Amino acid sequence: MGMGGFAAPGQAPLVRLERVAKRFGPVTVLDDVTLDLYPGEVLVLLGENGAGKSTLIKMLAGVHEPDSGRILVDGSPVTLGSIHAAEALGIATIHQELSVVPQMSVAENVLLGHTPSKGGLVDRKALRAQARAALALVGFDDVDVDAPIGHLGVVRQQLVMIAKALSRQSRLVILDEPTAALTGAETEILFGLMEDLRRRGVAMVFISHHLEEVARIGDRVAVLRDGRLIDTVAAETPQDELIRLMVGRSIDNHYPRRRDYDGADDVLLDVRSLNRRGTLHDISLTVRAGEVVGVAGLVGSGRSELIRAIAGADHYDSGEVVVEGHPVLSGRIAAAIDAGIGHVPEDRKSQGLVLPASVAENIGYATMAATSHAGLVDRRGQRSRAGAVAERLRVRMRDLDQAVRDLSGGNQQKVVFARWALAGSRVLLLDEPTRGVDVGARVEIYEFINEVTAAGGAVLMVSSDLPEVLGMSDRVLVMNNGRIAGERDAATATQDDIMTLAASALGDELTPGSGRGGTTVTSLEGSLAPVATPRPTPDLAPDPAPHLDKDLR
Amino acid sequence: MTTTAPAPSTPDPGPATSGSDRATATASSSTTARLRRFASDNGALLGLLVLCLALFIATPHFLTGPNLLNVGIQAAAIAVLAFGQTFVIVTAGIDLSVGSVAALSSMICCWMFVNTPLPGGIALVLGLAAGLLTGVVSGAAVAYGKLPAFIATLAMLSVARGLTLVISDGRPIDTPGAVSFLGGSLGPIPVPILVLIVAGVVCAFILNRTVMGRSMYAVGGNEEAARLAGLPVKRVLVTVYGLSGLYAALAGMLLAGRLNSANPQAASGYELDAIAAVVIGGASLAGGSGRASGTLVGALILAVIRNGLNILNVSSFWQQVVIGLVIAAAVGIDVLRHRRGS
Repeated sequence: MGMGGFAAPGQAPLVRLERVAKRFGPVTVLDDVTLDLYPGEVLVLLGENGAGKSTLIKMLAGVHEPDSGRILVDGSPVTLGSIHAAEALGIATIHQELSVVPQMSVAENVLLGHTPSKGGLVDRKALRAQARAALALVGFDDVDVDAPIGHLGVVRQQLVMIAKALSRQSRLVILDEPTAALTGAETEILFGLMEDLRRRGVAMVFISHHLEEVARIGDRVAVLRDGRLIDTVAAETPQDELIRLMVGRSIDNHYPRRRDYDGADDVLLDVRSLNRRGTLHDISLTVRAGEVVGVAGLVGSGRSELIRAIAGADHYDSGEVVVEGHPVLSGRIAAAIDAGIGHVPEDRKSQGLVLPASVAENIGYATMAATSHAGLVDRRGQRSRAGAVAERLRVRMRDLDQAVRDLSGGNQQKVVFARWALAGSRVLLLDEPTRGVDVGARVEIYEFINEVTAAGGAVLMVSSDLPEVLGMSDRVLVMNNGRIAGERDAATATQDDIMTLAASALGDELTPGSGRGGTTVTSLEGSLAPVATPRPTPDLAPDPAPHLDKDLR
Repeated sequence: MTTTAPAPSTPDPGPATSGSDRATATASSSTTARLRRFASDNGALLGLLVLCLALFIATPHFLTGPNLLNVGIQAAAIAVLAFGQTFVIVTAGIDLSVGSVAALSSMICCWMFVNTPLPGGIALVLGLAAGLLTGVVSGAAVAYGKLPAFIATLAMLSVARGLTLVISDGRPIDTPGAVSFLGGSLGPIPVPILVLIVAGVVCAFILNRTVMGRSMYAVGGNEEAARLAGLPVKRVLVTVYGLSGLYAALAGMLLAGRLNSANPQAASGYELDAIAAVVIGGASLAGGSGRASGTLVGALILAVIRNGLNILNVSSFWQQVVIGLVIAAAVGIDVLRHRRGS
């Protein structure tokens, strides 16, 4: 619990960042930041994507060196030139993305980089013993340390990596969004560990997008915006105020859904008895002109698979997809696009964008062939049209030639939307449209969804962000175990309604392997995590307050 | 929401410079910036110029007309192979078979000419078609058979070389006139240099201007994203290997034309020089980048080094050592530059 308020505790700081700055090429990502970290204190770093949080923690972890300013540990200046140098000073980092070697054993992963050896040979006995001791720190007594860590499931892998960081006698532990993949119960285990560390006088830096976690675990909050430290406040500061500090303005309406299309409500997307072995069972749905239909459900319920099958990204075994009266055959992406479908996939980096290519090219891929003459790209035309849609979606970029890789997450996502805006897609299939998108860009994406429906378009939106589903949809379909378990009116449904439908009758036939890889296992594994508690069904549900925006409404 | 909507608020940015460049930068600073960007984008070209300058200082024989033409002729076959290889590497693939395909194509052409009543021109076209076909086969194995490119083209390397030996029974075959012409001169200009220029211009044109070319970059940059954007990924892959085979066949004809015979061991090991030229020219084996101009510079660097070391009487054994170091240095510098840039 927050104890200290925002005033510095009356002791000497363990680590002090003094006027540190960092530039990458022409871009200043961190500017004149001074920050003290105290033993036994959890400092929460808040900021939108691109505010400089990751650069700051990478400086502490020894990945980046500051261009100016200095870092002091115990009052004396240090050079954290490498991860090893930082580790030697007792600084450990738990990264948001797993850094494990899946083929190696749990024990080898825990001690990777510090493998005990005798005369150059691995000391297997010591390896196992040290690994078990580390895992005991997080209450992980039942893990087979000889099993490949890849067999564990993502959540348990993450807890193993946390054990690894904690086992190093660390004095400063940096936790970069460790709760992103954890369920409520697992997050509580982590917070328990953090409280234990706090009692032992370990300093912690904690990054999270869940604002409700700030007051739960934090002591002080440092808010970054555009590379500057805006303010340091007490963890009990109201969430509205924290948001105002992060975004620089108040956001009044976080889900500005407007339904102001008054044309004929034709069925634009008609899905009839769609089946895909192991993932989709007899799915029928319609989306009408001017309508946003949300799809809720647990990870592994078939949400993404449904979107992908309709978009042609995956084959379906039987059933029919009809877009504005035109049937779209299974697995035909180009035909689906021609029929008017625009698919914003789940992961923009691996599925949505060609990162090294320019903004203009990424916007133009879906229309490049249709606007070509004799196989030649209409370069001028495509460019000016791409410029127009980029402006309409307010993509913040240096120019149209900038590589998409260099844009922030929100702007990258807008580029994916811009591609379909340029194609004139009338049916948008959105899979987690605002995942990893900061608050400001998020509202701009919502406004674009409103524009599409106001012009008579139709939107089918999958999201694990329940407030988003309820706030931006007109109707909500709830998927469970590859089936549509029910439909609710978004205006009257509550999160509890949706979760009850989503988690009801989770039977044995729910097989993790039938989904698409690790993500499926994540949430299902959630209940299998090494908790001493029995296995209550609600634990399978995402955190009842899945995203910070929940509290913004 | 329509594809024909004009850009109301942005004036046409023009083909070469970006809008914001013009808007924000003063004339002088944008010139410096453009120069700096040019230098950073064309590190290999600067390297080539430095290399030429060094050889010019080291020996008077380097910068003479006949010798430079000689460099061009020596560069031609590798450059043509490398242009074809550029298509493949842009899509994050690799084609190990180009040396063997070059030999096979020229051998098929000459065998047809000697053993059938076909005229030399037709035999030449059939030889080129054979190269295209082998490329399409490799491409189909990659795109539809899901074989790794390394394996598919390694297999083709062996198959094509073997077929060359089978057809020729291990002996060289004389070339038709149409092929010998490719080894000759048109007025003062050697034909291989003309072929090199045409092949390079066509390569650049395909990569920059055509839908297929831009799709190659998309597939190389992120195959899944390209697929989900509706691009015909498999057709793109078959096309790049087909083009690589066609370019390899053309290179094979150049080599045969120079010697007036198709040799069963021709172009052995040339695939590695071709890959080296592409990589020295700034392409990444990870895909999504690479340009015809860079590849040309890469091929010229290899030819200039060989030529210069010959003039300086350095043994061919040491030449291999030097070329290896140049490849490592060129790519190392590139990696460093990108690390600093990002």
